[in-house]
Amino acid sequence: MTKVNAIVITGNGTNCEREVAAACTLAGADRADIVHIAELLAGRVRLDDYQFLNLAGGFLDGDDLGSAKAGANRLKHAAIRGSNEHLVEQIDRFIAAGKLIMGVCNGFQLMVKMGLLPALSGDHHTQSATLTFNDCGRFQDRWAYLKVDPASPCIYTQGIQGGVYLPVRHGEGKFVADTETLAAIDAGHLAAVKYSDSDYREPVIDFPANPNGAMDAIAGICDPTGRLFGLMPHPEAYVDRTQHPRWTRDENLPAEGMGLWLYRNAVDFIRRGI
Amino acid sequence: MPWRIEVALKQGVRDARAARVQRELREHLGIDLTAVRTLDVYTIDADLTPEEIAAAAHGPFCDPVIQEVAIDAPLAGEFDILIEVGYRPGVTDNVGRTAKEAIQYQIGRPFAAGEGVYTSVQYLLSGPVDVALAEKIAAGFLANGLIQRWTIVSSDRFDRIKGLPATVPKVQVTAASEVHEVNLDVSDAELLALSKAGMLALNLDEMRTIQAYIRDPQVLAARAAVGLGALLTDCEIEALAQTWSEHCKHKIFAARIDYLDTTTGKREEINSLFKSYIVRATKDIRAAQGKDDICLSVFKDNAGVIRFTDDWSLVFKVETHNSPSALDPYGGALTGIVGVNRDAFATGMGARLLFNTDVFCFASPFYDQPLPPRLLPPRRIFEGVVEGVEHGGNKSGIPTVNGSLVFDDRFVGKPLVYCGTGSIMPATLHGKPCHEKAARVGDRIVMVGGRIGKDGIHGATFSSEELHEGSPVTAVQIGDPITQRRMLDFLIIARDRGLYSSITDNGAGGLSSSIGEMGQDTGGFELHLDRAPLKYPGLQPWEILISEAQERMTVAVPPEKLEAFLTLSREMDVESTDLGQFTASGYYHCLYEGKTVTWLSMEFLHDGVPQMVIPAVWTPPNLSEPQLPADFNVQTALLNLLGSLNICSKESVVRRYDHEVQAGTIVKPLTGVVNDGPSDAAVVRPLADSYVGTVVAHGICPRYSDIDTYPMMANAIDEGLRNYVAVGGKIDHVAGLDNFCWCDPIKSDKTPDGEYKAAQLVRANQALYDYCVAFGVPLISGKDSMKNDYQIGETKISIPPTVLFSVIGKIDDVRLATTMDAKRAGDLVYLLGVTANELGASELYAQLGELGAHVPQVDATTALARYRSLNAAQTAGLIASCHDLSDGGLAVALAETAFSGGLGMRIDLSKVETRGELSAAQILFSESASRLLVTVHPENQGRFTSLFARQSCSLLGEVTTTAQLQVVDANNCSLIAASLDEMKAAWQAPLREM
Repeated sequence: MTKVNAIVITGNGTNCEREVAAACTLAGADRADIVHIAELLAGRVRLDDYQFLNLAGGFLDGDDLGSAKAGANRLKHAAIRGSNEHLVEQIDRFIAAGKLIMGVCNGFQLMVKMGLLPALSGDHHTQSATLTFNDCGRFQDRWAYLKVDPASPCIYTQGIQGGVYLPVRHGEGKFVADTETLAAIDAGHLAAVKYSDSDYREPVIDFPANPNGAMDAIAGICDPTGRLFGLMPHPEAYVDRTQHPRWTRDENLPAEGMGLWLYRNAVDFIRRGI
Repeated sequence: MPWRIEVALKQGVRDARAARVQRELREHLGIDLTAVRTLDVYTIDADLTPEEIAAAAHGPFCDPVIQEVAIDAPLAGEFDILIEVGYRPGVTDNVGRTAKEAIQYQIGRPFAAGEGVYTSVQYLLSGPVDVALAEKIAAGFLANGLIQRWTIVSSDRFDRIKGLPATVPKVQVTAASEVHEVNLDVSDAELLALSKAGMLALNLDEMRTIQAYIRDPQVLAARAAVGLGALLTDCEIEALAQTWSEHCKHKIFAARIDYLDTTTGKREEINSLFKSYIVRATKDIRAAQGKDDICLSVFKDNAGVIRFTDDWSLVFKVETHNSPSALDPYGGALTGIVGVNRDAFATGMGARLLFNTDVFCFASPFYDQPLPPRLLPPRRIFEGVVEGVEHGGNKSGIPTVNGSLVFDDRFVGKPLVYCGTGSIMPATLHGKPCHEKAARVGDRIVMVGGRIGKDGIHGATFSSEELHEGSPVTAVQIGDPITQRRMLDFLIIARDRGLYSSITDNGAGGLSSSIGEMGQDTGGFELHLDRAPLKYPGLQPWEILISEAQERMTVAVPPEKLEAFLTLSREMDVESTDLGQFTASGYYHCLYEGKTVTWLSMEFLHDGVPQMVIPAVWTPPNLSEPQLPADFNVQTALLNLLGSLNICSKESVVRRYDHEVQAGTIVKPLTGVVNDGPSDAAVVRPLADSYVGTVVAHGICPRYSDIDTYPMMANAIDEGLRNYVAVGGKIDHVAGLDNFCWCDPIKSDKTPDGEYKAAQLVRANQALYDYCVAFGVPLISGKDSMKNDYQIGETKISIPPTVLFSVIGKIDDVRLATTMDAKRAGDLVYLLGVTANELGASELYAQLGELGAHVPQVDATTALARYRSLNAAQTAGLIASCHDLSDGGLAVALAETAFSGGLGMRIDLSKVETRGELSAAQILFSESASRLLVTVHPENQGRFTSLFARQSCSLLGEVTTTAQLQVVDANNCSLIAASLDEMKAAWQAPLREM
């Protein structure tokens, strides 16, 4: 059996590293290491030793230049001390090896602004979509229903019937791209999760079901391989029934939260051999 | 030449920032613009090539999907008026700092000293606006003149080729660093003038004590030995002023109070309120609890520490940041939250931050009276404070789990901004209790985090005075959550590697206070001020000593671990600097460029402040109960109350705060069938491998102070505990924190009613002791803010005496927590507790413009038994919902329980157990203490009632499927028949759009 080693990068304003690591562990990962980026840049830890890279939620550099912009700039330019290597080369190698990367919230913003998503033509270095300020002009913490596209190549949402219910917590979550990019995303079924009504029937454009005004109600997208995936809602924040906002009302709510399904799909996929 | 990069949204992209500005200008200033656009501007003052500038402009500064960028050329399109807002020199510019770092990553080399990036925002206004109106918009809405500057250009004067010139708001200080001496051998009048002119906030008695110190021949001899003369240096007088400030020394709580109660004629002398009531309460409770004592560290550290599990301890601290928030609501509140984060972190050897709490007291945001000079409109304070705490909390990754908004128009003079933080530490670290620490002789003094600037100079002394004409603008600071986050990420690793022996934060009083306090462990220190890293050159030694520049900690590092500490710090992009060492000299010793600039006895500094004597006379106000109007209608009154500012939904604010990050918020601030009901308290699960939880709640009821502060305090304590048990907090494992916010209680020309205000303070403290002991709730930490007055000219506005009583405790299993929303039709509705004619200072009377006299009284003995029984029922899983009764009484609690659950209720008011004969209105709106509304599944009725066998437990009715709250009297006549929709709409209306 293939080992599943997950890494969660932290530092400079990443906030959700602990719960993401906990979700990976609950999903069956053999290891889930929280690694400060300083460890990677010092060359003491290498991405090559992992199969599942998690870019967690937070406010990289305070989102000061726009969400995750400065963070994307760092990952593109930061060098590994004492070597000729840049961190981005390790990321390229990671992708080329068919390994999995999931970005949540700020991690999704980071992937999009680095160009890792949607990476339509396989170019992982050019930004082609963005996430910007919510239409309501405010940070929003609220739960959202996400309809899953069963035809999506996304590894993480395979087998999920209907959809998932997860919290969003962001000020810059509105997915924006030009018409052609949106068409290609649509054609490739890359928008694995869309904001929807509570029965997961139809995508919703209007607030509050769509909390940010995202185009085509897009909450998350994968690349054409389905291995790189990012989404604004937080799957790591619903792995146990007590995290559900109405757990005291529903005695039949399962013990396990829906967000865990995404992590389990990732772990199982790696376990089967990449 | 500096470069100027402008970034604009592409045509057709929604400009959310501009839309908000346009909407708010229309709603609040009545200015109806046809269009608003905004631009981001980066001014780069650095030696870079045109290629490097272009790479930055098209790289990190611009989002190619939605933005366009121009270098040294304008992007402004059509407009009538352009307003560009940037920071004043020296004000923290977080975006500028990040922009600079981004360029450094690109070019692979650091900026030279003095080089930097400065940001500003350009607002392009179209419509009926001229330069004069633009000035008003800039000064009154877009910018805060204390920290920002602006340029206004009309369309016809705008250079469309070159745009605005690049201006660099760099701090230009040419003054040489000097140490001045201060002659205290002067008259009393001159002593006072010195104190006032120097923002020292020392009274005559204190100035004389310092005068006597410097006249002491032994002191003079000791000074001569280190090369100091017979005059105090400016560094020394500033160190004394900071250490002796009301803010740091709590002189009013330490004063001797001569208290006369005119109702009994009894006179008593109270030697320190703090020792007599607060410390003594905790001491007595701990003694009584014996082996069940939960306290680990009380009063002595930055925060209090209690036991949580065998392996973990909980830390909690609540602070206020009122004065800075009055001047700059955003910066003041942001600094408040990141400041209390540092307190909760730097307790013991360090603790991981777990949650935030916020309580704000404001004047109505719809306040429409003319404002006296220097006061900001309440709506602006509301917006700024809410946004400051939003940025501070959200960016730091700490969930805001509990809070309140309290409204009273007397808070127009000073808003109260309470910020609390809980954290968690291992019970033991490297074999020693983690909540203990001590610097050792020879340990290096290491300053970690941000650099020192002129920001925050005199913050401690400024907040020890009322807001006046000369209140200094340098007292305002802007927090930087990311620099702090990096520092805390680093320090928690350094803690776990055992790289330091003590830590404390740099808050009020800066290095002077932090090192002065740590130096008490060893009995002295030697601090080299010239080694401290500065934001810009030109600071005087005394400014370095007392600057309150943010995001800094002081750490005691054993010499043999210094190298490892500094290496780790460098790797993690955190600046750490060795500034000297802790000694046993007995002296507060600072040097500048090798020359001694302070040589103060530690003993004098810490224990030399003379005790104040404050007269206090209690004469109760002459009050009576009002008659309700003849046409009083209870249903109308209920709907009005639901729509009152103190009771209405705060959802628009709650949703702006991330209350779920860290994934442990089990009872969230909003609950119910559509996630919008008002929770009583928060339950947080801090450990992923255990279901044990911590519960946090609070009580606050400043209105009751208008009748008597004794029941005000009693009710605040009871409300905090009532909220705590409502969600399942264990009443036998809970601690309290008191945060007093008072108006000046010292009788003087400015405060002729000082004796009454001082008596109010005494009475609140008496209740604090009495009820904490009666409930068995030890106090572990607290704070007081004693000068919440506004005085300019003839206008004086004092806040109502306000105490926030916060509680923290435990629930053994979060899966047993209960929420406030009705769960199921057919459930039985019970009221726990007796209702009396206690509407004095109630929300209902406030609505009617009355005060009344019968303020609620608290019976701790019966309340404690009730809370214990409730805990037993929760543990047995017998409670379907539980909601506390507070503002608006039973009627409001019924309405909230019903509409939050999306279920109706049928209630027979005659079943309510009352003390004496009460009218329907009195039963519905009385605010009698210690009452809870509970719903119970019918199958649990027997077990439930047996737990409350000898207590007040009234079955009022049941939960129904009809979407209506129906309340009937003994004759089955309808008193209330209100639909859930109309009640909820009334409750959600007032602040929905904020």
